[in-house]
Amino acid sequence: MTLSPTRPAPQARPSIPPAFPQPVAAPDAAGLSARRISFSRQSTLIIDGVDCTVPVGGFAAVIGPNGAGKSTLLQVIAGILPASESATARLGDTDLVGMRRRDRARIVALAEQHSAEDSGMRVSDVVMLGRTPHLGRWQAEGAEDKRIVQDALEAVSLREFADRAFDTLSGGERQRVHLARALAQQPRLLLLDEPTNHLDVHAQLSLLSLVRAQTASGLTVVAALHDLNIAVAYADHVIVLKAGRVRAAGPAQQVLTPELIWDVYGVRAEILTNPITGRPLIAFDTGDRPAS
Amino acid sequence: MQTTALRPAAAAASAHRPGARIRVPVLGAGLGVVLAVSVLFAVTIGPAQITFGEAWQSVFAHLGFGDPALSPLRDGIIWQLRMPRILTAGAVGAGLALCGAVMQALTRNPLADPYLLGLSSGASLGAVGVILLGVGVLLPVAAFGGAIVALAATLLVASAAGTLTPTRTILAGLAVSSFFGALTSLAIFWSATGDTYREILSWLLGSLSGAQWSSVAIAGAALAVVGVPLLFSGRVLDAFAFGDTAASALGVSVTRTRWIMLTATALLTGALVAVSGAIGFIGLILPHMVRLVVGRGNRRVLPLAALTGAIFLIWVDTAARTVFDPRELPVGILTAAIGAPVFALLLLRSRSSS
Repeated sequence: MTLSPTRPAPQARPSIPPAFPQPVAAPDAAGLSARRISFSRQSTLIIDGVDCTVPVGGFAAVIGPNGAGKSTLLQVIAGILPASESATARLGDTDLVGMRRRDRARIVALAEQHSAEDSGMRVSDVVMLGRTPHLGRWQAEGAEDKRIVQDALEAVSLREFADRAFDTLSGGERQRVHLARALAQQPRLLLLDEPTNHLDVHAQLSLLSLVRAQTASGLTVVAALHDLNIAVAYADHVIVLKAGRVRAAGPAQQVLTPELIWDVYGVRAEILTNPITGRPLIAFDTGDRPAS
Repeated sequence: MQTTALRPAAAAASAHRPGARIRVPVLGAGLGVVLAVSVLFAVTIGPAQITFGEAWQSVFAHLGFGDPALSPLRDGIIWQLRMPRILTAGAVGAGLALCGAVMQALTRNPLADPYLLGLSSGASLGAVGVILLGVGVLLPVAAFGGAIVALAATLLVASAAGTLTPTRTILAGLAVSSFFGALTSLAIFWSATGDTYREILSWLLGSLSGAQWSSVAIAGAALAVVGVPLLFSGRVLDAFAFGDTAASALGVSVTRTRWIMLTATALLTGALVAVSGAIGFIGLILPHMVRLVVGRGNRRVLPLAALTGAIFLIWVDTAARTVFDPRELPVGILTAAIGAPVFALLLLRSRSSS
C-alpha cells in the first residue's frame, strides 16, 4: 500500500512564534493557493489548517521532520485524500476541491517515491499511463498521445529508453520515468513526494534540474523534500511543516535560518555559501541551541 | 562486484521480454483462427466412430448448409453432446482466464485467481445442497446462488474492516472460503453415499460432462454481458500498476472501481462455476503465460488471455473425455495436472530473471 502511514499524534501545539516569516496572499492569482488544509485519520489530526501559496511557475519545497504531514498535504491538494470542509484549494481560477477526479488529473499530477516493484511494463507504457485522464475508457491512444509521451521522455532525457523494460532501469532512471509520466498528464501543477529518496547525488541533482527547467514554461511545482540543501538549492519558496502545522513559509533564503532549523529539527545549523553555485549551503551538527 | 559484470547481459535479455513488439492484433487474429479450427477439430474427436467429414457435415447441416449424412443417433452425439460441450468449454476457459487476469491486476497479487472471493466454495455448497440434500432447485441456480452469497459475505467482511484494499479483500476471501468449505465437507461427510460421492467429487473438481445447450447459453450470455466490458477495462487496470495512490492521481476512483470490477468478475465467475464446477488453474496460470509473451499491459493481456483460455480448455476437455476412454476424467484434474508443473516452471523462470 502506498497510502501514507499513520502518523504519530501531533500533540501539544505550541503557538507559532511570530519571528518566522508567515505565508502571504498569493502575489499571482494564477498559481496555487490552498487555505485551511486539514486532514485527520482515525480522529488524529495529521495536518491542521495548513496554508500553501505558490505563484505560477514557482518551485516550492515542503520541508519538515518525518511525520510532519508533508505527504498528506500533497495528497490532499491532489485530491487523493479528502479535504476538510473548510479547506479551499485553487489553481488560478480553478477550484481544485470541487472538481471531478478525472478533470483534476488533467491539471494536477503527482509523482511519488516508489519502491522497486516488478511492473513488467515498458518505459513508454509507464509514461503513457499519464494519458489516462485524457483518454476515454474505450479510446485508443492516438498520434497526439504518442507525441506527448515522446516529448515527456525527451524532457527527462530518456528518449532512447522508450522500449526498455522499466524494471531494468536504475533508481534514478525510474524516478525520471515517473516524472515523465506526470509530465505526460500535461499538468499545470506538479506535486512531487520526496522525489530524490534513495537516489545517488548525480541522480538527485539531474532530476531536480529537469523539474526546475519545466517551471520556465509556467509549470508550478510543489515538492516534499527531506534534504534541506536540495530544497535551498532548487526551490524559490519553502513551506516548513512541524507536527501538521505551518511553522514558516516564504523565500528559501529568508526562511531557512539556524533558529528555524533548531526549532523544527532540533539540530544546530550554520548557513554557508556554496562555493560552486553561490546558493546557500547548510551545515548541520547535533548539539546545543545556537546562540542568537 | 560480480553482479555488475552480469548486469548488461541480464538487462539485454529481459529488455526483450516486454519490448518485443509482437503485434497484438495479428496475434489476436491468429488465436481467433486457432480457436475456430479447434472447435471444428474437437467436434470430430471422440469414441463414437464418426469420421471427420461426417462430423463437419452434421455441424454445417445444423447451421443451415446442406443435409445431415448421419443417423439421428449419431447426429445427436455431434450436435447434442459434443458441440455444446466444446462451446461451453470455450466460454468457460475464456471467462476464467479473463477473470483471473482482472483479479491479479486489481489486487496486484500474482497468486489471485477468479475464486479469490470465496466463489468456488460458495458454489460448491450450493451444488452439494442440490446433489446431497435434495434442495429443490436446478444445480446451476443453486451453485450461482451459493457463489453470490459467498461474494456478498466476502465483500461485507472486507469493507466492514475499512476501505476495500487488496489485502483485506484477499484475507476476507480466505475466511469465507474456509467457512463455506467446512460446511461443504460437513455435508459430504454426513450424507454422501457411493454414487452421490462420485457425482459431488466430479463437480468439486470441475467437469464439463453435463454440458448442454443451456450451459452454452448461460456461460455465453455471462461472457457477452459481463466479460466483454471487462475486456475493455485494460486502461483502468493499468493505472493500478503503481499502487492505489498513483491510480487515484491519474483520475481513477480507486475504491469505486475496485467494487465494480470485483463484483463484475465475481458475477461472471459465478455463472461459469454454475455450469462447470470450480475448474482450477486456468484463471491462475493462463494470464501469466500470456504476460510472458506480450508483457504486462492489460489492454494486450485481457483479450489474449480470453482467447488462450478458450483454446486451452477446449483441448484439455477433449483430452479429459477421450484419452482414458471409456473412463472420463473431471477436466479439473487435467487442468491442475498440466497447470501445476507449468506454474512451477514459471516460478523458476521468474526467479532466474529477477
